[in-house]
Amino acid sequence: MRKVLTTLAELVLVLLLVSFGVFLLVALIPGDPAVAILGDGFPPEAYAALRAELGLDRPLLVRYGDWLLGVLSGDLGSSIIPPQTDVLDRILAALPVSLQLAGMGLAMAIVLAVPLAMWSASKPGGVVDRIIGASMFGILSVPAFLIGLLLVLVFVNELGWFPRAQWVRIGADPIGNLHHAFLPALVIALSELALFTRILRNDLVTTLNEDFILAARAKGMHPVRILVGDALRPSSFSVVTLLGISVGRLVGSTVIVEYLFALPGMGTLVVNAANQGDFPMVQGAVLVVATIYVLVNAGIDLSYGYLDPRTRRAHAA
Amino acid sequence: MLMPHETQGVDAHLPGTATTRSQMLRRGIVRLVLGLLAVGVAVPVGGVLGALLALIGVVVAYTGLHRVVWAWRRQRVDLLVGFCLGWLILVGLLALLAPVLPLGEHNDVSAALTDPSYLPPFRYSDHLLGTNNFGLDMLARSIYGARTSLVIALGAVAVGTLVGGTIGVVAGYLRGGVDRAVGVATNALLAVPPLVLLITLSIVLEPGLRNLSLALAVLTIPSMVRLARANTITFAQREFVLAARALGATRLRIIARELVPNVALPVFSMAVVLISVLIVAESSLSFLGLGIQQPEPTWGNMISEGQGGVMEREPFIVLIPGFFLFLTVFSFNLLGERAQKRWDPRSAKL
Repeated sequence: MRKVLTTLAELVLVLLLVSFGVFLLVALIPGDPAVAILGDGFPPEAYAALRAELGLDRPLLVRYGDWLLGVLSGDLGSSIIPPQTDVLDRILAALPVSLQLAGMGLAMAIVLAVPLAMWSASKPGGVVDRIIGASMFGILSVPAFLIGLLLVLVFVNELGWFPRAQWVRIGADPIGNLHHAFLPALVIALSELALFTRILRNDLVTTLNEDFILAARAKGMHPVRILVGDALRPSSFSVVTLLGISVGRLVGSTVIVEYLFALPGMGTLVVNAANQGDFPMVQGAVLVVATIYVLVNAGIDLSYGYLDPRTRRAHAA
Repeated sequence: MLMPHETQGVDAHLPGTATTRSQMLRRGIVRLVLGLLAVGVAVPVGGVLGALLALIGVVVAYTGLHRVVWAWRRQRVDLLVGFCLGWLILVGLLALLAPVLPLGEHNDVSAALTDPSYLPPFRYSDHLLGTNNFGLDMLARSIYGARTSLVIALGAVAVGTLVGGTIGVVAGYLRGGVDRAVGVATNALLAVPPLVLLITLSIVLEPGLRNLSLALAVLTIPSMVRLARANTITFAQREFVLAARALGATRLRIIARELVPNVALPVFSMAVVLISVLIVAESSLSFLGLGIQQPEPTWGNMISEGQGGVMEREPFIVLIPGFFLFLTVFSFNLLGERAQKRWDPRSAKL
């Protein structure tokens, strides 16, 4: 319980720091937002009035407090690019797309990594192990956007198995949605897959050298049953740890994949806003992404206690 | 079991295997020839099938070469390290010498007005890798792209390693309040996903070599702090540190003379891996249009030229910079990994 409370306190502190950082970044942007909105050749009175309206004439910390209160009540401001839509509305429209992509990608990565790692670990140093190891190392060296472009080249252009980038809402047409989301999700999966496979394989090899596996072998159990039934669960702890670290990369590859396939998610929103200098939009999106990210990491942190009782005792002591 | 005299003969068994030298040599040559043949067939085939065949051919040829060298040197030699080092030296030299090399036009669109656009690669001797949309030379752009990518990544890693390493060593040795404060600061930096942090920084900073290096350096600092701190804590418990303290050495001396030289090796290995991470980060940012701006070439923005249907018609626009990017990232990854294995503090002897 004490651990939960400390984690929560740390969480609030980190979130405050992040929100201040996000606020500060936009406050420190070179150039005056009032000038940016008014454009060239404006009267000085209009400039002063707009600055007062935007609250730019007040001290930084007061403005941060105001902004934070607004954020907490769900007011993320509105875009400065016409049409000046509400930031929160745009984010709420984009978020499901990103969450679906990231979730599908992660699920595909795990579904692919587990059998590959087991096949590899069943005969360490064998031909299969070396081929899988080398391909994973190779995939690790290809940036997500390059994987994406190559997959488009192969599966869309040459083979024509998938439609060209387009997004279908899952509510409108579930099958069409999955068909369109498959290739983008595969790109995300491939950039996560390599690390998962390598870590899980190494842990499986270690587990397979333990005495209880030898006992199972001696009893004459089938090797596949040993791998799936006995070795997999004790070996999966590092992968769960890794999941926490890889969420950051997951967010990154989702951003890139959305931009690449022109999907209407958070990544496209952020990149377009950044390219147009739409600061409130970037501010809101980064804040939302960072908050989700911090919460997910804290959740994974707390889940260790349930997954591995040893860490619970270490903290109680 | 091998008898000692057997290893001396012309056709002795190779140490640790049941294979004789001539057998190994023969197998190696067969694979090498088969592999090269597959690559030779693959080139005219082209397309997905050709690419797959070429890939398999290269791998088979590599395993063949590995066996030939094994038979010749009588021991396993890690050829990949040599290849990777060779590639990095080649790219590094080309990037360094780019201004004095007889290359085509790399960024001046007006100077390339008379050059045809989208010339295919490997057909014309004055544009060996073809030309892009504006008739700019792809080879020159790839080499100048290497220049940009390497300068940014190396600069950022140098700054990040120096700053992060110093903070980490100090925090790891002093512990206590300093350590806790550093911990909270690193956590806050790690609380934003790296690419999102980069995108945010990119709208505040004017895109350019120096600012991009600084932004990427900020990205490397937290992981460097963590690594240096963890290693310092390990080494600080060792006997030689205790001995130095017993002899009356000051804190500064212990840090500078006892800890830094030991922590430097794992930190250096990490730095090599981080170079590849940063090359990917820089190219991703440039691909998104938020890094180095056109017409100045980097591998990332060269690849982004393939968007909007260009790649479908002219795949080489993406494949050529992609090839440079992949090989460079792969080389840094591999060398970094080998260095990490070699200089793992857990396996270090007294």
